[in-house]
Amino acid sequence: MPSTGKSKIMTMGNMSCLEMGRTERIRRKYYGRYVSGLAIVVILLLIVRAFKNGMIDWGIVGEFLTAESILVGLLKTIIMAPLAMLLGLVLGLVIALMRMSPNPVCSSFAVGYMWLFRGSPQLLQLFLWYNIALVFPTITIPYLFSMPTIQVMTPFVATLLGLGICQSAYTAEVFRAGIISVDKGQGEAAAALGMGGGLSMRRIILPQAMRAIVPPVGNEFIGMVKATSLASAIQYTEILNAAQRIYYVNNYVIELLIVATVWYLFIVSLLTIGQSFLERRIGRGFERR
Amino acid sequence: MSNKVEIRGLTKSFGSVQVLHDVDFTVKEGEIVCLIGPSGSGKSTLLRCINQLEEAQSGIIRVDGLIQGWSERSGKLYELSPRNITAQRSHIGMVFQRFNLFPHLTALENIIEAPIHVRGIRRAEAIKQARQLLENVGLANKQDSYPSELSGGQQQRVAIARALAMKPRLMLFDEPTSALDPELVSEVLAVMKNLAEIGMTMIVVTHELGFAREVADRVAFMDQGRIVESGTPEELLTSPRNSRTKSFISSVLQ
Ligand SMILES: Nc1ncnc2c1ncn2[C@@H]1O[C@H](COP(=O)(O)OP(=O)(O)OP(=O)(O)O)[C@@H](O)[C@H]1O
Ligand SMILES: [Mg+2]
Repeated sequence: MPSTGKSKIMTMGNMSCLEMGRTERIRRKYYGRYVSGLAIVVILLLIVRAFKNGMIDWGIVGEFLTAESILVGLLKTIIMAPLAMLLGLVLGLVIALMRMSPNPVCSSFAVGYMWLFRGSPQLLQLFLWYNIALVFPTITIPYLFSMPTIQVMTPFVATLLGLGICQSAYTAEVFRAGIISVDKGQGEAAAALGMGGGLSMRRIILPQAMRAIVPPVGNEFIGMVKATSLASAIQYTEILNAAQRIYYVNNYVIELLIVATVWYLFIVSLLTIGQSFLERRIGRGFERR
Repeated sequence: MSNKVEIRGLTKSFGSVQVLHDVDFTVKEGEIVCLIGPSGSGKSTLLRCINQLEEAQSGIIRVDGLIQGWSERSGKLYELSPRNITAQRSHIGMVFQRFNLFPHLTALENIIEAPIHVRGIRRAEAIKQARQLLENVGLANKQDSYPSELSGGQQQRVAIARALAMKPRLMLFDEPTSALDPELVSEVLAVMKNLAEIGMTMIVVTHELGFAREVADRVAFMDQGRIVESGTPEELLTSPRNSRTKSFISSVLQ
Protein backbone atom coordinates (compact mmCIF):
# COMPACT_ATOMS: atom_id res chain seq x y z
CA MET A 1 0.00 0.00 0.00
CA PRO A 2 1.48 3.35 -0.97
CA SER A 3 0.84 5.12 2.34
CA THR A 4 2.71 2.57 4.45
CA GLY A 5 5.54 2.47 1.93
CA LYS A 6 5.91 6.20 2.12
CA SER A 7 5.92 6.33 5.89
CA LYS A 8 8.53 3.55 5.97
CA ILE A 9 10.84 5.55 3.71
CA MET A 10 10.40 8.59 5.91
CA THR A 11 11.26 6.71 9.10
CA MET A 12 14.34 5.33 7.39
CA GLY A 13 15.58 8.88 7.11
CA ASN A 14 15.69 8.93 3.29
CA MET A 15 13.88 12.27 3.14
CA SER A 16 16.77 14.18 1.58
CA CYS A 17 17.27 11.62 -1.18
CA LEU A 18 13.55 11.53 -1.91
CA GLU A 19 13.38 15.28 -2.11
CA MET A 20 16.29 15.39 -4.49
CA GLY A 21 14.54 12.83 -6.71
CA ARG A 22 17.51 10.46 -6.68
CA THR A 23 15.91 7.58 -4.82
CA GLU A 24 16.41 4.27 -6.59
CA ARG A 25 13.23 2.94 -8.19
CA ILE A 26 12.47 -0.77 -8.32
CA ARG A 27 10.27 -1.79 -11.27
CA ARG A 28 7.62 -4.42 -10.65
CA LYS A 29 8.33 -7.80 -12.21
CA TYR A 30 5.51 -9.09 -14.39
CA TYR A 31 6.19 -12.84 -14.26
CA GLY A 32 3.03 -13.53 -16.26
CA ARG A 33 4.60 -11.83 -19.26
CA TYR A 34 7.64 -14.09 -19.18
CA VAL A 35 5.44 -17.17 -19.00
CA SER A 36 3.12 -16.17 -21.84
CA GLY A 37 6.04 -15.03 -24.02
CA LEU A 38 7.80 -18.31 -23.48
CA ALA A 39 4.64 -20.29 -24.23
CA ILE A 40 4.20 -18.53 -27.57
CA VAL A 41 7.82 -19.18 -28.58
CA VAL A 42 7.49 -22.86 -27.71
CA ILE A 43 4.27 -23.20 -29.69
CA LEU A 44 5.88 -21.49 -32.69
CA LEU A 45 8.86 -23.83 -32.51
CA LEU A 46 6.54 -26.84 -32.40
CA ILE A 47 4.67 -25.59 -35.46
CA VAL A 48 7.90 -24.98 -37.36
CA ARG A 49 9.12 -28.45 -36.44
CA ALA A 50 5.81 -30.00 -37.53
CA PHE A 51 6.07 -28.37 -40.94
CA LYS A 52 9.71 -29.30 -41.25
CA ASN A 53 8.94 -32.95 -40.60
CA GLY A 54 5.57 -32.80 -42.38
CA MET A 55 5.07 -34.01 -45.89
CA ILE A 56 6.18 -30.85 -47.60
CA ASP A 57 8.94 -31.00 -50.14
CA TRP A 58 10.64 -27.66 -49.54
CA GLY A 59 12.90 -28.30 -52.48
CA ILE A 60 9.87 -28.20 -54.76
CA VAL A 61 8.75 -24.93 -53.16
CA GLY A 62 12.12 -23.38 -53.89
CA GLU A 63 12.17 -24.76 -57.39
CA PHE A 64 8.72 -23.47 -58.40
CA LEU A 65 9.05 -20.13 -56.64
CA THR A 66 10.71 -18.77 -59.76
CA ALA A 67 9.21 -21.10 -62.35
CA GLU A 68 8.32 -19.24 -65.49
CA SER A 69 4.56 -19.82 -65.38
CA ILE A 70 4.48 -18.73 -61.73
CA LEU A 71 6.35 -15.54 -62.59
CA VAL A 72 3.96 -14.89 -65.46
CA GLY A 73 1.09 -15.40 -63.00
CA LEU A 74 2.80 -13.01 -60.61
CA LEU A 75 3.08 -10.45 -63.39
CA LYS A 76 -0.61 -10.87 -64.22
CA THR A 77 -1.53 -10.31 -60.59
CA ILE A 78 0.70 -7.27 -60.45
CA ILE A 79 -0.97 -5.90 -63.58
CA MET A 80 -4.52 -6.71 -62.58
CA ALA A 81 -4.56 -5.46 -59.00
CA PRO A 82 -3.63 -1.81 -59.70
CA LEU A 83 -5.79 -1.65 -62.82
CA ALA A 84 -8.86 -2.98 -61.04
CA MET A 85 -8.08 -0.72 -58.09
CA LEU A 86 -7.77 2.27 -60.40
CA LEU A 87 -11.14 1.47 -61.90
CA GLY A 88 -12.50 1.07 -58.38
CA LEU A 89 -11.10 4.45 -57.34
CA VAL A 90 -12.32 6.37 -60.37
CA LEU A 91 -15.80 4.85 -60.32
CA GLY A 92 -15.85 5.11 -56.54
CA LEU A 93 -15.17 8.84 -56.63
CA VAL A 94 -17.90 9.32 -59.23
CA ILE A 95 -20.38 7.30 -57.16
CA ALA A 96 -19.40 9.17 -53.98
CA LEU A 97 -19.98 12.53 -55.67
CA MET A 98 -23.30 11.28 -57.08
CA ARG A 99 -24.28 10.05 -53.63
CA MET A 100 -23.75 13.57 -52.25
CA SER A 101 -25.43 15.29 -55.18
CA PRO A 102 -28.50 17.43 -54.46
CA ASN A 103 -30.14 15.70 -57.43
CA PRO A 104 -32.28 12.93 -55.89
CA VAL A 105 -32.06 10.76 -59.03
CA CYS A 106 -28.26 10.91 -58.85
CA SER A 107 -28.03 10.08 -55.18
CA SER A 108 -30.62 7.30 -55.40
CA PHE A 109 -28.75 5.78 -58.32
CA ALA A 110 -25.57 5.82 -56.25
CA VAL A 111 -27.32 4.20 -53.29
CA GLY A 112 -28.74 1.48 -55.57
CA TYR A 113 -25.35 0.89 -57.18
CA MET A 114 -23.66 0.41 -53.81
CA TRP A 115 -26.47 -1.83 -52.62
CA LEU A 116 -26.12 -4.06 -55.68
CA PHE A 117 -22.33 -4.39 -55.89
CA ARG A 118 -21.65 -4.55 -52.18
CA GLY A 119 -24.51 -6.89 -51.53
CA SER A 120 -23.57 -9.73 -53.86
CA PRO A 121 -20.49 -11.96 -53.58
CA GLN A 122 -17.44 -10.91 -55.55
CA LEU A 123 -16.88 -14.37 -57.02
CA LEU A 124 -20.46 -14.44 -58.24
CA GLN A 125 -19.99 -11.04 -59.90
CA LEU A 126 -16.93 -12.39 -61.70
CA PHE A 127 -18.94 -15.33 -63.02
CA LEU A 128 -21.68 -12.98 -64.19
CA TRP A 129 -19.30 -10.74 -66.13
CA TYR A 130 -17.51 -13.73 -67.60
CA ASN A 131 -20.74 -15.26 -68.80
CA ILE A 132 -22.46 -12.10 -69.89
CA ALA A 133 -22.28 -13.31 -73.48
CA LEU A 134 -25.23 -15.52 -72.59
CA VAL A 135 -27.30 -12.36 -72.14
CA PHE A 136 -25.80 -10.12 -74.83
CA PRO A 137 -24.24 -12.24 -77.56
CA THR A 138 -22.83 -9.23 -79.37
CA ILE A 139 -21.64 -5.84 -78.21
CA THR A 140 -22.63 -3.08 -80.58
CA ILE A 141 -21.95 0.61 -80.71
CA PRO A 142 -24.03 1.76 -83.70
CA TYR A 143 -21.96 2.57 -86.82
CA LEU A 144 -18.69 2.16 -84.95
CA PHE A 145 -18.21 -1.22 -83.50
CA SER A 146 -19.78 -4.62 -83.30
CA MET A 147 -18.18 -7.71 -81.88
CA PRO A 148 -19.17 -11.03 -80.36
CA THR A 149 -19.23 -10.58 -76.61
CA ILE A 150 -17.14 -13.71 -76.08
CA GLN A 151 -14.22 -12.05 -77.83
CA VAL A 152 -14.50 -8.89 -75.74
CA MET A 153 -15.21 -10.48 -72.40
CA THR A 154 -11.90 -12.27 -72.00
CA PRO A 155 -10.90 -13.49 -68.52
CA PHE A 156 -8.83 -10.31 -68.26
CA VAL A 157 -11.71 -7.96 -69.05
CA ALA A 158 -14.19 -9.88 -66.93
CA THR A 159 -11.81 -9.80 -63.98
CA LEU A 160 -11.08 -6.13 -64.43
CA LEU A 161 -14.76 -5.21 -64.58
CA GLY A 162 -15.84 -7.60 -61.86
CA LEU A 163 -13.19 -6.63 -59.34
CA GLY A 164 -13.08 -2.92 -60.29
CA ILE A 165 -16.81 -2.33 -60.15
CA CYS A 166 -17.26 -4.29 -56.95
CA GLN A 167 -14.36 -2.33 -55.46
CA SER A 168 -15.88 0.99 -56.49
CA ALA A 169 -18.92 0.31 -54.34
CA TYR A 170 -16.62 0.14 -51.33
CA THR A 171 -14.29 2.98 -52.26
CA ALA A 172 -17.31 5.23 -52.83
CA GLU A 173 -18.07 5.03 -49.13
CA VAL A 174 -14.42 5.66 -48.27
CA PHE A 175 -14.39 8.76 -50.46
CA ARG A 176 -17.65 10.02 -49.04
CA ALA A 177 -16.48 9.60 -45.46
CA GLY A 178 -13.23 11.39 -46.32
CA ILE A 179 -14.99 14.30 -47.97
CA ILE A 180 -17.44 14.66 -45.09
CA SER A 181 -14.53 14.68 -42.63
CA VAL A 182 -13.19 17.95 -44.07
CA ASP A 183 -14.30 21.00 -42.09
CA LYS A 184 -17.25 22.83 -43.67
CA GLY A 185 -15.34 26.11 -43.33
CA GLN A 186 -12.86 24.94 -45.97
CA GLY A 187 -15.47 24.75 -48.69
CA GLU A 188 -16.89 28.09 -47.58
CA ALA A 189 -13.50 29.77 -47.63
CA ALA A 190 -12.91 28.42 -51.13
CA ALA A 191 -16.36 29.58 -52.25
CA ALA A 192 -15.77 33.02 -50.73
CA LEU A 193 -12.61 33.28 -52.83
CA GLY A 194 -14.67 32.65 -55.93
CA MET A 195 -13.65 29.04 -56.42
CA GLY A 196 -16.33 26.97 -58.11
CA GLY A 197 -17.56 23.62 -56.83
CA GLY A 198 -15.28 21.48 -58.99
CA LEU A 199 -12.20 23.58 -58.39
CA SER A 200 -12.79 23.67 -54.66
CA MET A 201 -13.33 19.90 -54.58
CA ARG A 202 -10.17 19.23 -56.57
CA ARG A 203 -7.79 21.73 -54.98
CA ILE A 204 -9.10 22.18 -51.42
CA ILE A 205 -11.47 19.45 -50.27
CA LEU A 206 -10.03 16.27 -51.82
CA PRO A 207 -6.38 16.94 -50.85
CA GLN A 208 -7.52 17.23 -47.24
CA ALA A 209 -9.94 14.33 -47.52
CA MET A 210 -7.00 12.21 -48.74
CA ARG A 211 -5.71 12.04 -45.20
CA ALA A 212 -8.81 10.14 -44.20
CA ILE A 213 -9.02 8.27 -47.51
CA VAL A 214 -5.51 6.86 -47.97
CA PRO A 215 -5.34 4.49 -44.97
CA PRO A 216 -8.58 2.63 -45.76
CA VAL A 217 -7.80 2.66 -49.49
CA GLY A 218 -4.44 1.07 -48.64
CA ASN A 219 -6.31 -1.69 -46.87
CA GLU A 220 -8.72 -2.03 -49.76
CA PHE A 221 -5.77 -2.29 -52.15
CA ILE A 222 -4.31 -5.12 -50.11
CA GLY A 223 -7.72 -6.74 -50.22
CA MET A 224 -7.71 -6.26 -53.98
CA VAL A 225 -4.38 -8.04 -54.41
CA LYS A 226 -5.82 -11.01 -52.63
CA ALA A 227 -9.14 -10.77 -54.44
CA THR A 228 -7.37 -11.21 -57.78
CA SER A 229 -7.01 -14.85 -56.75
CA LEU A 230 -10.77 -15.20 -57.32
CA ALA A 231 -10.04 -14.69 -60.99
CA SER A 232 -8.47 -18.16 -61.02
CA ALA A 233 -12.07 -19.38 -61.14
CA ILE A 234 -12.64 -17.75 -64.54
CA GLN A 235 -9.35 -18.89 -66.04
CA TYR A 236 -7.40 -15.67 -65.62
CA THR A 237 -3.92 -17.11 -65.07
CA GLU A 238 -2.81 -15.05 -62.13
CA ILE A 239 -0.57 -16.59 -59.43
CA LEU A 240 -3.10 -18.93 -57.87
CA ASN A 241 -4.38 -20.13 -61.23
CA ALA A 242 -0.80 -20.68 -62.41
CA ALA A 243 -0.05 -22.66 -59.24
CA GLN A 244 -3.20 -24.74 -59.68
CA ARG A 245 -2.33 -25.58 -63.28
CA ILE A 246 1.02 -26.91 -62.10
CA TYR A 247 -0.27 -29.00 -59.23
CA TYR A 248 -3.04 -30.51 -61.37
CA VAL A 249 -0.13 -32.07 -63.26
CA ASN A 250 2.50 -32.82 -60.61
CA ASN A 251 0.29 -33.17 -57.50
CA TYR A 252 2.51 -31.03 -55.27
CA VAL A 253 -0.60 -29.22 -54.02
CA ILE A 254 0.66 -27.76 -50.76
CA GLU A 255 4.07 -26.86 -52.16
CA LEU A 256 2.54 -24.78 -54.95
CA LEU A 257 0.02 -23.17 -52.62
CA ILE A 258 2.96 -22.14 -50.44
CA VAL A 259 4.67 -20.68 -53.50
CA ALA A 260 1.57 -18.60 -54.18
CA THR A 261 1.36 -17.56 -50.53
CA VAL A 262 4.96 -16.37 -50.55
CA TRP A 263 4.32 -14.16 -53.55
CA TYR A 264 1.11 -12.68 -52.12
CA LEU A 265 2.92 -11.84 -48.89
CA PHE A 266 5.70 -10.28 -50.91
CA ILE A 267 3.36 -7.96 -52.85
CA VAL A 268 1.38 -7.02 -49.77
CA SER A 269 4.58 -6.18 -47.88
CA LEU A 270 5.67 -3.85 -50.65
CA LEU A 271 2.26 -2.20 -50.60
CA THR A 272 2.39 -1.68 -46.86
CA ILE A 273 5.70 0.13 -47.20
CA GLY A 274 4.32 2.25 -50.04
CA GLN A 275 1.27 3.11 -47.98
CA SER A 276 3.18 4.44 -44.99
CA PHE A 277 5.33 6.49 -47.36
CA LEU A 278 2.24 7.98 -49.00
CA GLU A 279 0.58 8.73 -45.66
CA ARG A 280 3.58 10.73 -44.53
CA ARG A 281 3.52 12.73 -47.76
CA ILE A 282 -0.17 13.52 -47.55
CA GLY A 283 0.16 14.53 -43.91
CA ARG A 284 2.02 17.68 -44.91
CA GLY A 285 0.77 20.67 -42.96
CA PHE A 286 -1.08 18.46 -40.52
CA GLU A 287 1.48 16.64 -38.43
CA ARG A 288 2.71 19.71 -36.60
CA ARG A 289 0.98 20.93 -33.44
CA MET B 1 -21.37 58.76 -52.69
CA SER B 2 -22.83 55.72 -54.41
CA ASN B 3 -24.18 52.70 -52.60
CA LYS B 4 -21.76 49.80 -52.43
CA VAL B 5 -24.18 47.44 -50.77
CA GLU B 6 -27.91 47.86 -50.80
CA ILE B 7 -30.13 45.40 -49.00
CA ARG B 8 -33.92 45.58 -49.26
CA GLY B 9 -36.43 43.48 -47.37
CA LEU B 10 -34.08 40.61 -46.67
CA THR B 11 -35.79 37.69 -45.00
CA LYS B 12 -34.07 34.46 -44.07
CA SER B 13 -35.25 31.40 -42.19
CA PHE B 14 -33.58 28.16 -41.25
CA GLY B 15 -36.46 25.71 -41.38
CA SER B 16 -39.19 27.29 -39.30
CA VAL B 17 -36.87 29.64 -37.44
CA GLN B 18 -36.83 33.11 -38.94
CA VAL B 19 -33.35 34.59 -38.50
CA LEU B 20 -33.56 37.81 -40.55
CA HIS B 21 -36.71 39.90 -40.51
CA ASP B 22 -37.15 42.22 -43.45
CA VAL B 23 -33.71 43.78 -43.15
CA ASP B 24 -32.95 47.05 -44.96
CA PHE B 25 -29.35 48.12 -44.94
CA THR B 26 -27.04 50.17 -47.12
CA VAL B 27 -23.31 50.67 -47.12
CA LYS B 28 -21.75 53.46 -49.11
CA GLU B 29 -18.62 53.26 -51.22
CA GLY B 30 -15.58 53.41 -48.92
CA GLU B 31 -17.67 53.24 -45.79
CA ILE B 32 -16.67 51.15 -42.79
CA VAL B 33 -19.63 49.73 -40.95
CA CYS B 34 -19.38 47.78 -37.74
CA LEU B 35 -22.19 45.41 -36.98
CA ILE B 36 -22.71 44.63 -33.32
CA GLY B 37 -25.32 42.67 -31.47
CA PRO B 38 -25.91 39.73 -29.15
CA SER B 39 -25.14 36.15 -30.08
CA GLY B 40 -27.72 34.63 -32.40
CA SER B 41 -29.02 37.99 -33.59
CA GLY B 42 -28.25 37.13 -37.21
CA LYS B 43 -25.05 39.11 -37.87
CA SER B 44 -23.19 36.21 -39.45
CA THR B 45 -26.23 35.20 -41.43
CA LEU B 46 -26.51 38.72 -42.86
CA LEU B 47 -22.85 38.70 -43.94
CA ARG B 48 -23.18 35.24 -45.39
CA CYS B 49 -26.22 36.30 -47.39
CA ILE B 50 -24.24 39.18 -48.89
CA ASN B 51 -21.74 36.84 -50.49
CA GLN B 52 -24.29 34.10 -51.06
CA LEU B 53 -23.01 31.49 -48.69
CA GLU B 54 -26.64 31.49 -47.57
CA GLU B 55 -29.64 32.03 -49.78
CA ALA B 56 -32.34 34.31 -48.47
CA GLN B 57 -36.02 33.49 -48.92
CA SER B 58 -36.91 36.98 -50.07
CA GLY B 59 -35.44 40.41 -50.47
CA ILE B 60 -32.76 41.78 -52.70
CA ILE B 61 -29.07 42.38 -52.17
CA ARG B 62 -27.22 44.61 -54.59
CA VAL B 63 -23.47 44.96 -54.61
CA ASP B 64 -22.20 47.66 -56.96
CA GLY B 65 -25.74 47.83 -58.27
CA LEU B 66 -25.81 44.17 -59.30
CA ILE B 67 -28.40 41.92 -57.73
CA GLN B 68 -26.62 39.05 -56.01
CA GLY B 69 -27.62 35.64 -57.32
CA TRP B 70 -30.23 36.86 -59.79
CA SER B 71 -30.47 38.78 -63.00
CA GLU B 72 -33.34 41.09 -63.68
CA ARG B 73 -35.03 40.92 -67.06
CA SER B 74 -38.38 42.44 -67.95
CA GLY B 75 -39.55 42.66 -64.37
CA LYS B 76 -38.60 39.12 -63.42
CA LEU B 77 -35.64 37.70 -61.52
CA TYR B 78 -33.83 34.80 -63.17
CA GLU B 79 -31.50 32.64 -61.10
CA LEU B 80 -27.86 33.04 -62.08
CA SER B 81 -25.72 30.08 -63.06
CA PRO B 82 -23.29 28.73 -60.43
CA ARG B 83 -20.49 30.13 -62.57
CA ASN B 84 -21.92 33.65 -62.42
CA ILE B 85 -22.61 33.40 -58.70
CA THR B 86 -19.02 32.31 -58.21
CA ALA B 87 -17.84 35.29 -60.25
CA GLN B 88 -19.90 37.66 -58.09
CA ARG B 89 -18.40 36.17 -54.95
CA SER B 90 -14.88 36.57 -56.23
CA HIS B 91 -15.21 40.35 -55.90
CA ILE B 92 -16.17 40.13 -52.23
CA GLY B 93 -13.52 39.24 -49.68
CA MET B 94 -14.54 37.38 -46.56
CA VAL B 95 -12.63 36.83 -43.35
CA PHE B 96 -13.92 34.20 -40.96
CA GLN B 97 -13.86 33.95 -37.21
CA ARG B 98 -11.98 30.65 -37.42
CA PHE B 99 -9.60 31.81 -40.20
CA ASN B 100 -10.38 28.82 -42.43
CA LEU B 101 -6.94 28.81 -43.97
CA PHE B 102 -6.23 25.78 -46.14
CA PRO B 103 -4.14 23.60 -43.81
CA HIS B 104 -2.46 21.61 -46.60
CA LEU B 105 -1.03 24.75 -48.21
CA THR B 106 1.65 27.13 -46.98
CA ALA B 107 0.85 30.77 -46.25
CA LEU B 108 2.03 31.77 -49.71
CA GLU B 109 0.17 28.92 -51.41
CA ASN B 110 -3.00 29.91 -49.55
CA ILE B 111 -2.74 33.37 -51.02
CA ILE B 112 -1.91 32.48 -54.63
CA GLU B 113 -4.46 29.67 -54.95
CA ALA B 114 -7.47 31.70 -56.03
CA PRO B 115 -5.65 34.35 -58.09
CA ILE B 116 -4.08 31.59 -60.18
CA HIS B 117 -7.03 29.23 -60.49
CA VAL B 118 -9.91 31.69 -60.47
CA ARG B 119 -8.45 34.80 -62.05
CA GLY B 120 -5.97 32.97 -64.27
CA ILE B 121 -3.03 35.12 -63.19
CA ARG B 122 0.44 33.79 -64.01
CA ARG B 123 2.08 32.00 -61.11
CA ALA B 124 5.13 34.25 -60.96
CA GLU B 125 2.90 37.29 -60.94
CA ALA B 126 0.69 35.84 -58.21
CA ILE B 127 3.70 35.02 -56.06
CA LYS B 128 5.04 38.53 -56.42
CA GLN B 129 1.71 40.00 -55.35
CA ALA B 130 1.38 37.52 -52.48
CA ARG B 131 4.82 38.44 -51.14
CA GLN B 132 3.81 42.08 -51.17
CA LEU B 133 0.59 41.29 -49.33
CA LEU B 134 2.42 39.20 -46.75
CA GLU B 135 4.77 42.09 -46.20
CA ASN B 136 1.83 44.47 -45.79
CA VAL B 137 0.40 42.31 -43.02
CA GLY B 138 3.82 41.96 -41.42
CA LEU B 139 4.45 38.31 -42.28
CA ALA B 140 7.08 38.51 -45.00
CA ASN B 141 9.15 35.85 -43.26
CA LYS B 142 6.29 33.36 -42.90
CA GLN B 143 5.52 32.61 -46.53
CA ASP B 144 6.59 28.96 -46.32
CA SER B 145 4.91 28.21 -43.00
CA TYR B 146 1.88 25.98 -42.87
CA PRO B 147 -1.12 27.41 -40.99
CA SER B 148 -0.54 24.97 -38.15
CA GLU B 149 2.85 26.59 -37.60
CA LEU B 150 1.37 30.06 -37.19
CA SER B 151 -0.25 31.73 -34.20
CA GLY B 152 -3.92 32.63 -34.40
CA GLY B 153 -3.15 36.27 -35.08
CA GLN B 154 -0.71 35.35 -37.83
CA GLN B 155 -3.22 32.95 -39.37
CA GLN B 156 -5.87 35.64 -39.42
CA ARG B 157 -3.49 38.09 -41.06
CA VAL B 158 -2.69 35.51 -43.74
CA ALA B 159 -6.43 35.01 -44.20
CA ILE B 160 -6.87 38.75 -44.73
CA ALA B 161 -4.00 38.77 -47.24
CA ARG B 162 -5.59 35.79 -48.98
CA ALA B 163 -8.87 37.67 -49.36
CA LEU B 164 -7.10 40.83 -50.56
CA ALA B 165 -5.22 38.89 -53.22
CA MET B 166 -8.47 38.69 -55.17
CA LYS B 167 -8.61 42.51 -55.23
CA PRO B 168 -12.07 42.59 -53.67
CA ARG B 169 -14.29 45.65 -53.89
CA LEU B 170 -15.85 44.87 -50.53
CA MET B 171 -14.53 43.11 -47.44
CA LEU B 172 -16.69 41.23 -44.98
CA PHE B 173 -15.27 40.38 -41.56
CA ASP B 174 -17.13 37.97 -39.32
CA GLU B 175 -15.76 38.43 -35.80
CA PRO B 176 -12.17 38.31 -37.06
CA THR B 177 -10.68 38.59 -33.58
CA SER B 178 -13.09 36.55 -31.44
CA ALA B 179 -11.07 33.35 -31.69
CA LEU B 180 -7.82 35.07 -30.73
CA ASP B 181 -5.98 35.31 -27.45
CA PRO B 182 -6.30 38.88 -26.15
CA GLU B 183 -2.68 39.79 -26.84
CA LEU B 184 -3.07 38.84 -30.53
CA VAL B 185 -6.18 40.93 -31.19
CA SER B 186 -4.37 44.21 -31.77
CA GLU B 187 -2.13 42.92 -34.58
CA VAL B 188 -5.17 41.89 -36.58
CA LEU B 189 -7.03 45.09 -35.85
CA ALA B 190 -3.97 47.06 -36.99
CA VAL B 191 -4.09 45.34 -40.37
CA MET B 192 -7.79 46.14 -40.64
CA LYS B 193 -7.13 49.78 -39.76
CA ASN B 194 -4.59 50.00 -42.58
CA LEU B 195 -7.18 48.61 -44.90
CA ALA B 196 -9.70 51.18 -43.75
CA GLU B 197 -7.21 53.95 -44.40
CA ILE B 198 -6.74 52.99 -48.03
CA GLY B 199 -10.48 53.32 -48.54
CA MET B 200 -11.68 49.70 -48.62
CA THR B 201 -15.40 49.30 -48.07
CA MET B 202 -15.78 47.06 -45.04
CA ILE B 203 -18.55 45.44 -43.07
CA VAL B 204 -17.17 44.19 -39.78
CA VAL B 205 -19.06 42.06 -37.30
CA THR B 206 -17.22 42.61 -34.05
CA HIS B 207 -17.38 42.83 -30.31
CA GLU B 208 -14.39 45.21 -30.28
CA LEU B 209 -16.22 48.41 -29.45
CA GLY B 210 -12.91 50.27 -29.21
CA PHE B 211 -12.17 49.38 -32.81
CA ALA B 212 -15.69 50.38 -33.84
CA ARG B 213 -15.36 53.73 -32.12
CA GLU B 214 -11.98 54.44 -33.66
CA VAL B 215 -12.35 53.13 -37.20
CA ALA B 216 -16.02 52.81 -38.13
CA ASP B 217 -17.93 55.44 -40.03
CA ARG B 218 -21.12 53.87 -38.83
CA VAL B 219 -22.15 51.30 -36.26
CA ALA B 220 -25.30 49.23 -36.59
CA PHE B 221 -26.88 47.31 -33.75
CA MET B 222 -28.64 44.09 -34.61
CA ASP B 223 -31.01 42.16 -32.40
CA GLN B 224 -33.32 39.22 -33.11
CA GLY B 225 -32.88 39.41 -36.84
CA ARG B 226 -33.48 43.14 -37.16
CA ILE B 227 -31.22 46.14 -37.45
CA VAL B 228 -32.51 48.03 -34.46
CA GLU B 229 -30.47 51.17 -34.67
CA SER B 230 -27.56 52.59 -36.59
CA GLY B 231 -25.55 55.78 -36.45
CA THR B 232 -22.09 57.21 -36.02
CA PRO B 233 -19.96 55.43 -33.40
CA GLU B 234 -20.40 58.44 -31.16
CA GLU B 235 -24.20 58.39 -31.40
CA LEU B 236 -24.64 54.68 -31.08
CA LEU B 237 -21.98 53.77 -28.56
CA THR B 238 -22.20 56.81 -26.30
CA SER B 239 -25.83 57.76 -26.42
CA PRO B 240 -27.89 54.93 -27.87
CA ARG B 241 -31.59 55.69 -28.23
CA ASN B 242 -32.95 52.17 -28.11
CA SER B 243 -33.09 50.46 -24.72
CA ARG B 244 -31.90 47.13 -26.11
CA THR B 245 -28.88 48.83 -27.68
CA LYS B 246 -28.20 50.49 -24.37
CA SER B 247 -28.29 47.29 -22.36
CA PHE B 248 -26.19 45.42 -24.96
CA ILE B 249 -23.46 48.06 -24.96
CA SER B 250 -23.34 48.27 -21.22
CA SER B 251 -23.15 44.45 -21.03
CA VAL B 252 -20.19 44.41 -23.43
CA LEU B 253 -18.42 47.22 -21.61
CA GLN B 254 -19.50 46.11 -18.12
N1 LIG C 1 -27.09 26.60 -40.69
C1 LIG C 1 -28.00 26.93 -39.75
N2 LIG C 1 -29.06 26.11 -39.52
C2 LIG C 1 -29.98 26.43 -38.60
N3 LIG C 1 -29.96 27.54 -37.85
C3 LIG C 1 -28.95 28.39 -38.02
C4 LIG C 1 -27.91 28.13 -38.97
N4 LIG C 1 -27.04 29.16 -38.94
C5 LIG C 1 -27.50 30.01 -38.00
N5 LIG C 1 -28.64 29.56 -37.46
C6 LIG C 1 -29.44 30.26 -36.44
O1 LIG C 1 -29.66 31.54 -36.89
C7 LIG C 1 -29.59 32.47 -35.81
C8 LIG C 1 -28.62 33.58 -36.16
O2 LIG C 1 -27.34 33.02 -36.27
P1 LIG C 1 -26.07 33.90 -36.61
O3 LIG C 1 -24.95 32.95 -36.69
O4 LIG C 1 -26.36 34.73 -37.80
O5 LIG C 1 -25.97 34.81 -35.32
P2 LIG C 1 -24.79 35.78 -34.92
O6 LIG C 1 -25.43 37.11 -34.67
O7 LIG C 1 -23.70 35.72 -35.91
O8 LIG C 1 -24.33 35.18 -33.54
P3 LIG C 1 -22.85 35.06 -32.93
O9 LIG C 1 -22.51 36.37 -32.33
O10 LIG C 1 -23.01 33.98 -31.91
O11 LIG C 1 -21.95 34.65 -34.05
C9 LIG C 1 -29.20 31.69 -34.59
O12 LIG C 1 -30.36 31.48 -33.83
C10 LIG C 1 -28.69 30.39 -35.13
O13 LIG C 1 -28.99 29.35 -34.26
MG1 LIG D 1 -21.70 34.95 -35.90
